[in-house]
Amino acid sequence: MNRLLKVRETWLGLAILALLVAITFRAPGFSTPENLASIFNDTSILLILALGQMVVILTRSIDLSIAANVALSGMVLALINSTWPDVPVPLLIAAAPLLGLAFGAINGFLVWKLDIPSIVVTLGTLTIYRGLTFLIAGGQWVNADEMTPDFIAITRLNLLGLPLLSWFAIATAIAFWVVMTRTPWGRAIYAIGVNPTASVYAGIDVGRTKFLAFCMSGFVAGLCGYLWVSKFVIASSETAIGYELQVIAACVIGGVSIAGGIGTVGSAVLGAIFLGIIGRALPVIGVSPFWQLAISGAAIILAVVLNARSERKTGRIILKQAEGA
Amino acid sequence: MSNDAPTHRNIPDRLDSPLRAAILSWPALLLVVAVIIFTVNSFASPYFLSPWSLSDATFNFTEKAIIALAMALLIISGEIDLSVAAIIALASTAMGLALQYGADTPALVAIGIGTGLLCGAFNGALVTRLGLPSIVVTIGTMSLFRGLSYIVLGDQAFKGYPASFAFFGQGYVWWVVSFEFVLFLGLAVIYYVLLHRTSFGRRVYVIGNNATAAQFSGVRVERIKFLLFCLTGLMSGIAAVLLTSRLGSTRPSIAQGWELEVITMVVLGGVSILGGSGSIAGVVIAAFIMGLVTFGMGLLNVPGIVQSIFIGLLLILVIALPIVLGRLRRLRK
Repeated sequence: MNRLLKVRETWLGLAILALLVAITFRAPGFSTPENLASIFNDTSILLILALGQMVVILTRSIDLSIAANVALSGMVLALINSTWPDVPVPLLIAAAPLLGLAFGAINGFLVWKLDIPSIVVTLGTLTIYRGLTFLIAGGQWVNADEMTPDFIAITRLNLLGLPLLSWFAIATAIAFWVVMTRTPWGRAIYAIGVNPTASVYAGIDVGRTKFLAFCMSGFVAGLCGYLWVSKFVIASSETAIGYELQVIAACVIGGVSIAGGIGTVGSAVLGAIFLGIIGRALPVIGVSPFWQLAISGAAIILAVVLNARSERKTGRIILKQAEGA
Repeated sequence: MSNDAPTHRNIPDRLDSPLRAAILSWPALLLVVAVIIFTVNSFASPYFLSPWSLSDATFNFTEKAIIALAMALLIISGEIDLSVAAIIALASTAMGLALQYGADTPALVAIGIGTGLLCGAFNGALVTRLGLPSIVVTIGTMSLFRGLSYIVLGDQAFKGYPASFAFFGQGYVWWVVSFEFVLFLGLAVIYYVLLHRTSFGRRVYVIGNNATAAQFSGVRVERIKFLLFCLTGLMSGIAAVLLTSRLGSTRPSIAQGWELEVITMVVLGGVSILGGSGSIAGVVIAAFIMGLVTFGMGLLNVPGIVQSIFIGLLLILVIALPIVLGRLRRLRK
């Protein structure tokens, strides 16, 4: 019990519960199982992307191109679907993550082989991927009537009371949990985040591990490319524009440290769910949706302040460092 | 994001001669790129080489470039500010609000610049007082500042700025030379002197290279970083005045996505994103390159989003090329 109280996820989980209770007082219908399931479904894409972003942030990098990757992968799939309606949708779904993985690998390759800081690389590929999304579609949108019914229906397929979209999120979270906690690969990602120098001496290839992290975030971005287009039934060059910051916000609120090495699958999941609840709760309790941006901004700042406190307490730094170093 | 892995450095027996160093320097490389783009543009479109269209071209980048000057110093010191575009939105909204209460032009300018300064100080206080990483803090304040604009404005817009206010973004000082352009050049000189000719500038480099050593050498790291955040906020406030005056209205979505363009400008200008190196000359030339590219392609009816592909490629290529060439040279030895 004592150990549980020291874990940040417990506190975030409690905060989410408190939030739910408070909202339910104002709007009694909010916490019904159906509504909560629907909120979870709406948060699924954010949740999946947050998991990919978390892995990249753990390695002391950042992937600003993740939302542009969603847009580009989604557009490619939507175009294939509208041009060749005979291509079976399961095949498209299987291809989606691989497509995103290819775009993510470009980021990873530049970071790994050329040692260009990830923020610069992904800033560049962010504009390139989004521009390509516009180019390959000739500036057009792909609308609902151009997609096949299957392409749209699959994410809405009901399985054991939840839409398939939610199951995608659950499956991704489980897969990430296994990779991050039960494989040498996951250990390596944490290791290079905590101490890259020591990792090199421990025989970990830092560059290659970063490359793999970018592949993972590309993988989920490609998957979300399909999910996004299928859920919102439109593919355009504006798809998920600016969403990379929401994704980073979900990680930060969950307690993933931007300095690398700190953060779990649970933290990314809870951070995304927190943002999802706030987004749905505001209109219900009668606050204008225009407040949402400012509230998530305040939540990020608050989360960073709290994270910094707890990180300082754990005393990872052995040598006393100068203030501000 | 520094000290990722142990690296080795070759220390040369002697330094290159000053002339050779100048020719091989980053600004020189950028200058060549700028000249090429200028030449290609003048051949590609007959409208490019007229004084008025060149003057129009400057409006494309002066506001962003003004922020890039301060951002360069901030990035050299090892920090970053992603909230600059949101500061523009909030400062512009503050001016619009003041306008509703009958503020005149001087008051509007003061409020715009003052709001920018306050926002910068807020960022600076969070980063230096509480010791938080600037990239996350400014992602937070970016949502917060723009969110406040949305709370005030929603889907509305402020309009009806006084005629005298229009001068800042639309006025000309002499012939085709706009006020914005003159202001940018003036600020560029000031920032050049500040970074390259004062002890303050030296301290900025020292902090970027080794904040711990700077602290032990008696440099007030926190205070200088705080000042740099204030400067970036101040420049964003000035940009807000210029942009609001040029557009003649305020919407909460004003200057959306500019933070990435400003940072692209700074990095393209040769400032290391890890801090510690860079020059104002490089940033100024990079600003011209980005302005020329967007304007030249605009003349050829290339849509903005396709232009951004070119900017993105330019950013990666210009940074990757020297690295690749350096490797090849080392391989040959």
